[in-house]
Amino acid sequence: MTKPTTKKSVLSSILPGLNSLAKRGLAGWLIIVGAIFVAAIVVMTAISPWIVPYNPVEIPSSPKILAPPSMQHFFGTNDLGQDVFSRVLSGGGVMLQVSILSVIVCLAIGVPLGLFASYAGGAVDRVVGLLMDSIYAFPGLVLAIAIAAMLGRGVVNMALSIAVVYIPSYFRVIRSQVLSIKEMSYIEAANAVGAKNRTILTRYILPNIVPSIVVVATVNFADAILTAAGLTFIGLGVPVTIPDWGWDLTNGRRLLTSGAWWVITFPGIMIILLALGFTLMGDGLSELFNPRLEQ
Amino acid sequence: MSEENKEKPHLLTVNNLTVEYWARRGKIRAVENASFTLHKGETLGVVGESGSGKSTLGMSLIRLVPYPGRIVKGNIILEEKNILKLKNEQVRDIRGRRISYIFQDPMTSLNPVEKIKDHFIELIQTHEPKVTKAAALRRANQLFKDVGIQPERINDYPHQLSGGMRQRVMIALALALNPSVVIADEPTTALDVVVQAKILDLLGALKERYGMALILITHDLSIVLERSNEIIVMYAGRIVEQSPSTDLYSSTQHPYSQGLLKSIPNIELADQKLEAIEGSPPDLLHPPSGCRFWPRCSYVMPECRAEEPPLFQTGKNHLVRCYLYTEQSK
Repeated sequence: MTKPTTKKSVLSSILPGLNSLAKRGLAGWLIIVGAIFVAAIVVMTAISPWIVPYNPVEIPSSPKILAPPSMQHFFGTNDLGQDVFSRVLSGGGVMLQVSILSVIVCLAIGVPLGLFASYAGGAVDRVVGLLMDSIYAFPGLVLAIAIAAMLGRGVVNMALSIAVVYIPSYFRVIRSQVLSIKEMSYIEAANAVGAKNRTILTRYILPNIVPSIVVVATVNFADAILTAAGLTFIGLGVPVTIPDWGWDLTNGRRLLTSGAWWVITFPGIMIILLALGFTLMGDGLSELFNPRLEQ
Repeated sequence: MSEENKEKPHLLTVNNLTVEYWARRGKIRAVENASFTLHKGETLGVVGESGSGKSTLGMSLIRLVPYPGRIVKGNIILEEKNILKLKNEQVRDIRGRRISYIFQDPMTSLNPVEKIKDHFIELIQTHEPKVTKAAALRRANQLFKDVGIQPERINDYPHQLSGGMRQRVMIALALALNPSVVIADEPTTALDVVVQAKILDLLGALKERYGMALILITHDLSIVLERSNEIIVMYAGRIVEQSPSTDLYSSTQHPYSQGLLKSIPNIELADQKLEAIEGSPPDLLHPPSGCRFWPRCSYVMPECRAEEPPLFQTGKNHLVRCYLYTEQSK
């Protein structure tokens, strides 16, 4: 029973991985397609400073205002004369930062909270559960808007307000998993050999719920992007000096009535593609980890 | 192996142990006034049907009675320490090191996300933090040979092993720290008959080699009859008969034990009719007055319904909870 994988290079171990993923049927393909969407947008945003044809934030001295798409400006220009194509290329940074940061905050708070509270049970579980339920009772976007309005603008504040909305979802999923795993006989067996609570939590329970956490996190990514877009849309996003798809949406909405459809359409498509990428990955992962669907 | 304890006869003494489940509808006495002694190197069989309290008895010995159960009375003295008076950390130290527990279902008793070797490293390092991984693995290697699994299987995940092999792994884990008492709670119920016999023989052989005492909890009297020194028969939370196993076979006294014995198929008596005990065990929320067995007993007398019989001593080490033996005990 030798394990040859350790000697292979990283690349050649990823490729068979992709290959076997593709063999898992629809779930595998959902993950691959979703990952390609997300990776393409990340790469595009990362290399945008070197490939943008025009400065995305500077207002040109002799602006061509609201020029329709042409060979000079692929996606046209906006009401300030900025090149929409350049803004689309570089505008993903805010969305990505906000969604990644919010997921990290959720993981850092929601996972330990869910683990400890539901493992401890009793009054702790009930109090934390009630708290979480009370957050859950608000419509997500409305709560995020309220918190963002209190905290003020900026990437970190957007991420925090989104995180508050999503922590209860992590808590609920983790709680339900912990409650069922807690009753498994390997936990009883671990207790019977004198394992400490910390060991049981970190080595017995946590590894067994990682699949569910991954699924919640991908769904959270997709929702965070849409919520971030919503926050920027109503002016609670980032300052104008940073290119952002959300801001372009707000701005383009006003211009739609004057027939300038290109200002809002292209950033909108990008947001949809990014959210779709994460959603596809989340769907694929949840199907892959669903034991009932395993062949 | 510690040889210095050899002269000490009492390894584990249980006195008047009473365990209750505080359910919403009321208190259920799952074990009531159980007393017994386990000697070094002996096997004690605990027999009873589902709900008789045998597993609760086993779990309470390491203070792991599942919620909402609690031990309300009694003493459990292991190597001169009262387990019920120890702090939680001290009990945790005893679990796995002095008393280990083998569970009924080997299929779910191993952590599915950890390799077998990690189970050993974790167990050994929990109790002996100074032991290196390499040393722990060497010990695991020896244990694998003892329980009859190829040592390289230690790199497998639990799902790669069969049920019988997993139970062997559980036994190896139970023996890893050389405990003085091993409690095997229905260790073979989830396995088929052939594997069952092998596992039980293995347990017996290892018990001799490691010089430990074994508590074998089972619903199957035939399993413990020839494998244990002493047998406790439990019914509805009570010890109804307690005797050396040879006595229990040759002079079975309690009607319930007799019923259990008659329900074992005997290949030599081809024309013998297999008998079952009529009825089912009582609801412990509303136990019958008097003897708990009287509604199913064919020898029922008026006093059985009035008051619960005490344990009558009918032989040197033979105790029975039945009014039929009132005369004999005098």
